[in-house]
Parts: sequence; C-alpha cells; structure tokens
Amino acid sequence: MDVTTKQYRRCELVKAVGRIDSQTAPEVRDTFEAITNDGRFRIVFDMSDITFISSVGVWVLLETQKTCKRYNRGDLVIANVNEKIQHTLDLAGLLTFFRIYDDVLDAVGSF
Amino acid sequence: MYKATFPNRFKSLAEISEFVSQAINEIGFDETTAYTILVAVDEACTNIIEHAYGGEGQGDIQCSCDVTEGSLKIILRDRGEPFDPTTVPEPDFSVPLQELECRGAGLVLIQKIMDEISFVSKPDGENVLTMIKRK
Repeated sequence: MDVTTKQYRRCELVKAVGRIDSQTAPEVRDTFEAITNDGRFRIVFDMSDITFISSVGVWVLLETQKTCKRYNRGDLVIANVNEKIQHTLDLAGLLTFFRIYDDVLDAVGSF
Repeated sequence: MYKATFPNRFKSLAEISEFVSQAINEIGFDETTAYTILVAVDEACTNIIEHAYGGEGQGDIQCSCDVTEGSLKIILRDRGEPFDPTTVPEPDFSVPLQELECRGAGLVLIQKIMDEISFVSKPDGENVLTMIKRK
C-alpha cells in the first residue's frame, strides 16, 4: 500500500491509497507511530484515495487518536472520507472520536 | 452459485472481496450497500483468520455466494476453532476515548449490515457462517 507523509509547519499530513484491511493496516500504523514517536501529535489523515477500510484500519486511527489526544497535546483529524466509508463507520459509531473535514486545506488550517 | 477457496492469510482478504463483488454485481445492490456487504465479509474473514485459526497459516476459507431473487447468501466455511460471531456481546463505544476498547467493532458492523447471520459448528469440525443480505 502507498502511504506518504508531508510535514506542514503546524501539522503532519498522511495520505494512503487503496485498501486498509488486516493485511495493510500495519503499514499505516507504522507510519502514524513514526510520527508520534517523533513527538508530533497534530495529524491530518487524507482519505480521498482510500477505497476500503475495515474495523482493523479504524482501530489504527483510534489508537493513534488516543496517543495524539493524551495530555491534550494534539489531534488526528480526517479529511475527504467518502460517503460509503462514512456511512459504514457511522453504523458502529466509530467516527465520533474524530473531527472530519471535506477538504485537506481546511483540515490543515484547523491547527 | 459462486464458490472458491482461499488460503488462511490476510492477503486473501482483498481476493475474497473481489470474488464476492461478482455476486454483488449480479444482484445489483446500490453502491453503498455493495460496499457495506464487502465490509461485513472482510470482518467475518478477519475473525476466521484471527480467532478460528489463531492467525495466518494452515487452513483455508471457503466462500460461496448464492444469488437468489432479491437476496444474496454468503457462506464462509473454515476448519478452525468454532468462533460464533452471533454470541459476542456488543461493545460499548460511548465511553471516553482513552477507555475505548475497539475489540468487537467488526462484529457490530456484521450485525448491523447483514439481515440474517447464523453460525453452525458441525461434528466433523467444519464451521459454517451464513450471512444473508436482502435487496
């Protein structure tokens, strides 16, 4: 899976392409962990090219959110989540822990 | 009837998804429903790999899809430890973030997405999970 990161002055932008399932979730987790282990806790996750995400993938986001929000030091926000994914995750109430933006620039600008 | 067997590994998840898509396309679900069915199948297969087989390795997952008028029946068969997703209690996601235990989220999704779910562990060691989605 293709995962890229870009550093902005006030936050980090992570973009992944394709499916996030049990096969590919570890790569996404490693990317987030590398950022938080480096002491950066303000992250935007651009989901515009995510075609599928299972609960394992959402759990990676939730674990990252726990790390970011601990001691009030940051936040993981989501940008460009498509309707199908949002509808499915809403069924289990899994997106309530995230701020969601329709646009990456708005998400980046929120920090 | 579509039928195929996949090795017990996470790499199979994308292949199973592609396989089930054929049946979904045949019956003609709307795009969102089609996506949710693929999520339910992924969650069920992940549970088989993680819980029934205890991880990737030996064993197979057999998947069959039966398209009848107005409904899709998906049957997953494995020969691991019996893992009945219908008996797992619903987790509580209304707790504060730091207390959140995400285990069980996949089962919630399966239960909310599919119209009928049943699990049978046969005496010969075969586990059969049947999920039905009506149009």
